[in-house]
Amino acid sequence: MAVSLREYRARIKSTESMKKITRAMELIAASRIIKAQHRAQAAAPYARELTRAVSAVATYSNVDHPLTREEENPKRAAVLVITSDRGLAGAYSSSVLKEVERLAERLRGEGKELDFYLAGRKAEAYFKFRGRPFVQAWTGFSDQPTYDKAAEIGAALIAAFLKEQGEEGDVDEVHVVYTRFRSMLTQEPTAIRLLPLEVVEGEEAPSSDELLPLYEFEPSAAQVLDGLLPQYVQSRIFYALLQAAASELAARQKAMKAATDNAEELIKKLTRIANQARQAGITQEISEIVGGVNALADAQAAND
Amino acid sequence: MAESTVEHLHVELVAADRTVWSGEAAMIIARTLEGDIGVLRGHAPTLSLLSASVVEIQVANSNQLVVVAVDGGFLSVANDRVSILAERVELAEDIEVSQARIDLEEAKRLLDSSNEAEQRVRHAEARIRAAEKVS
Repeated sequence: MAVSLREYRARIKSTESMKKITRAMELIAASRIIKAQHRAQAAAPYARELTRAVSAVATYSNVDHPLTREEENPKRAAVLVITSDRGLAGAYSSSVLKEVERLAERLRGEGKELDFYLAGRKAEAYFKFRGRPFVQAWTGFSDQPTYDKAAEIGAALIAAFLKEQGEEGDVDEVHVVYTRFRSMLTQEPTAIRLLPLEVVEGEEAPSSDELLPLYEFEPSAAQVLDGLLPQYVQSRIFYALLQAAASELAARQKAMKAATDNAEELIKKLTRIANQARQAGITQEISEIVGGVNALADAQAAND
Repeated sequence: MAESTVEHLHVELVAADRTVWSGEAAMIIARTLEGDIGVLRGHAPTLSLLSASVVEIQVANSNQLVVVAVDGGFLSVANDRVSILAERVELAEDIEVSQARIDLEEAKRLLDSSNEAEQRVRHAEARIRAAEKVS
């Protein structure tokens, strides 16, 4: 009895230290989320102005740019998968990967072959473990993405997209799967088609007195578009990375909160069992003593 | 064009990850791919690509001059509203001249071997010019 009591105490102790760790991770994630949200907000003006400019060019010139051109017979599609570098974030990465599988099935159903581009160590591990090929992987920045990384990823995807059909590594479509940050409570894995670009003319329809003005382009509309569209693509990727980072932290906070709660529950249960065991030990000792005393008394009575 | 009631230009100077400066300005001088451009109130709507260069903003109602180095990007003017976007925007006060000089040397050495180096040389030169302008 006494041995198992010691065992229970040891288990309570280890659960307690685990609880401390998960609690600390929860707090860290909570404080980082705020920073991640700030970063996402700080990046919003750039995306907004860029969208405005792109729709201005699109409205006042005939858009025919390689990046907006639909391939007549798309054969290959690239999928950029954005997951986290580290685990302990609940189902965050696996739900992104599930979404990827769904998208992959759909695209394969349309008769397209797939090239995978991965961001985040979790996605890389998933593909390596299954021995599935991927073109390129970027890791080490999932919770604090920088614009440079987004530019790097964007450059690789644009390069692949711009290759002629039939050329090595050419893709005709680019899709991105990331987790959209809805709120602290809900984050949903989302798949969007990044390329060819669909130029939307203004996110919200401009009111009649705020029509887009007639622009002068310098050096020329085509060249301005040439300069704008790659940046537009990169800013979209950057936006996806920032959303994914905020989602990752929110998912981690939620997972760690659940873990802390579970540890608390477990400690309570173990404490009860340990107390029971202690009580049982004491009861047994008393009954042994009483039994012994009785036996002595009986022996003495027999002798008398 | 609608009569504008704004006295000055409203400027948004935006980098990829933050807004660097925003406010009212009297004049803006920037360099596009075709040459220098000055923007005053009432400028025709324009969208132009910038080269890696120095952008100067004359702040309204003061002698203050905001000087930044950009690595390209573009400038759009419409309805007395100017937005300057670039992936990297640095205020002249934040530029370390010594670091910029090192970058310049390095970029110059690479000039023959890579296409990117020319862009880097221009950017480094712009940073040095911007820093010298405020010092």
